[in-house]
Amino acid sequence: MDTKVIKSKFPIFKNKINGKQLTYLDNANSSQKPQSVIDRISKFYSNEFSNIGRSVHSLGVTATNRFEETRDLIKNFINAKSREEIIFTKNATEAINLVAFTYGEKFINKGDEILITELEHHANYVPWHFIRKRKGAIIKFAECNEKGEVDIDKIKELISNKTKMIAITHLSNVTGAIMPVKKIVDLASEKKIPVLIDGCQGAPHLKIDMQELGCDFYAISCHKMYGPTGVGILYAKKKWLDVLPPYQGGGGMIEDVKKNNITFPRSPTKYEAGTLQTAEVVGFSESIKFIKDVGIKNIMSHEKEILEYGLEKIKKNNSVKIIGDPKNRGSIISFTIKGIHPHDIATILDEDGVAIRAGHHCCQILHEKLGIPASARASFGIYNSKEDIDVLSDSIKKCNKVFNT
Amino acid sequence: MDIKELYQEIILDHGKNPRNKNKCEGFNKNAKGHNPLCGDKIHVYLKIDKAKNVEDISFEGEGCAISIASASIMTQIIKGKEFNVAKKILEQFLNMLKEGSKLSINSLSDDENMTMMSLSGVKRFPMRVKCATLAWHTFINAAEGQKETVNTEK
Repeated sequence: MDTKVIKSKFPIFKNKINGKQLTYLDNANSSQKPQSVIDRISKFYSNEFSNIGRSVHSLGVTATNRFEETRDLIKNFINAKSREEIIFTKNATEAINLVAFTYGEKFINKGDEILITELEHHANYVPWHFIRKRKGAIIKFAECNEKGEVDIDKIKELISNKTKMIAITHLSNVTGAIMPVKKIVDLASEKKIPVLIDGCQGAPHLKIDMQELGCDFYAISCHKMYGPTGVGILYAKKKWLDVLPPYQGGGGMIEDVKKNNITFPRSPTKYEAGTLQTAEVVGFSESIKFIKDVGIKNIMSHEKEILEYGLEKIKKNNSVKIIGDPKNRGSIISFTIKGIHPHDIATILDEDGVAIRAGHHCCQILHEKLGIPASARASFGIYNSKEDIDVLSDSIKKCNKVFNT
Repeated sequence: MDIKELYQEIILDHGKNPRNKNKCEGFNKNAKGHNPLCGDKIHVYLKIDKAKNVEDISFEGEGCAISIASASIMTQIIKGKEFNVAKKILEQFLNMLKEGSKLSINSLSDDENMTMMSLSGVKRFPMRVKCATLAWHTFINAAEGQKETVNTEK
C-alpha cells in the first residue's frame, strides 16, 4: 500500500503543524477526512439539499434517496441481513445509550446483571450505569489480565441466570486487545443472552460481518472511519427492533398521533426522531467507498505492519513502558515514559507536529486497574507510514532529552 | 518557540522535586482540585491565622510537570503572605497566563518574580493553562472554606 498516495487524498496533511509536517497518530480518537468526503458534503449542500422523508418536492426526493442509499451501502458493508437493521444516531455513544435505555427499560429488572469488561470505554459503561441506578440492576466487570486482554473464561465465570446483557468492546482503545467476539457471541447465544459490541475501534480497522458474527447489537462511530462527525450507526437485529420501545420522541418517528394515543412505525423510522444529520450521512457514503477502494484486507495488513514496526522501534527505548501485550492487537500503542507525565509527552510531541492522545482515554476503570492516572497513546490508520513511526520514536527521545531521563 | 521555553530548568526542577509536598502540620483549611480531562488531582492544605496570614501551605497530588511545578511554586510564593496579597498574586498570575501581562507586585522579591515568570511560557499552550492554574484555584477554595472540589471543567 502506497501511503504517500493515500496521504495525498487527505488535505489536512498539506498543512504544517507548529512549522512541521503533521504526523497524525490520534486515529483511535478520530480520523482525518479524505477530500472526497469533504467534497461530497459540499456537493450535497450545493445541489441536493432538502429535508428528507417529508417533502414531496424534487429536492426532497433526491435528498431522501441519497440518505437511504447510504443506509444500503452500510448494510452491505457490514453484511447486515436487512436495511431496517441500520439506525443512524449522532454517534456510537448514542447508539449504546439507545440500546441501554430501550432494552433496559423493557428487559432489565431489579437484581438483573449486565456483564461488561474492565476494558470498556466510558461510552459502554455509563449508559449501563444509568440502568443500574434506575432499575436496581448489577454491573459485573470481567477482569482484564496483565496482557491487557480479557480472557473468555473470565466472562464465562461471570455469566449467571441473572445475566440480561453482555456488552463488550471489539477492540480496546487503550491496550489494542481484539476481543474474541465471535466466541463470546456463541457462548452467549447458547444461554440466550444478547450481546452488544462497541465497535468504535473495530469497524475502522477490522473486517466486520454482522451475519457471520451474529451479535445482537453493534455500535459504530463514523468519524473514526474517515467520515464526518455527528454520525453513528447502531446495527440491531430486527427481532429486537420489533419489540423494543422507541428511544427519543419527536417528528418523523410516529405513525399516528391522536390526543389520547400515539402509534409508532417500524425500524429504522421508529428510532430516527427529528431532522437527522443528512449531509454528514451522505458524506459518510464516500468514506465507505474510500475504505472499500483501499480494501479492508489491505488496511488490516498495512496497519499490522505499522503496528509491528512501531512496537519493535518503541521497545528499543528503555524508558518507555508499553501498556499491555495482547495476543491479538489492533493498531494501538499506549505507553508511559518513566518520569514524564503523558500530558508533557503530548505537548513535546506536538511541537514536532506529532499528534497523540494523553489522558485516560475515557477508560478510568482500566487505568485504575493498571495503577496509572493516565497514559500516552499512538494509534494508527490507513495513511500512517513507517516514517511516521520514526518521527514518533525520535520525538519520544526528545522527551527524554527535555526531561533528562 | 523552543519547547525548552515551556519546560525551563526551574519548572523541571519543581516538577521533579516539588517543595512543600506533604500535609503541613496544624493545617486548618484544605480543599481538593481535579482536572477530569487529564486526571490531575491535587489537595491543598493551609494554616491561616486570625489575621489572615498564610502561615503554612502545602499540597499533595499527582499530575504533569506543569501542574506539579505550579503547585510547588505557589506554596513557595504564598507561604508567609497575607491572604489578600496572595489573592492579588493569583489574579496577576492568571493574567500572565491568559493575557501575557507582566507581574507587578511590590511584595514579591526579584527571585520570586523570576520563579513565577518561569510559568509564563504556558500561555502559548492553551490546553495546558488549566494544568498551571489548578493548584491556585484550589488554594483559593481552601482559604475561603469552599467545600466543593475545584473542577477545571465546571
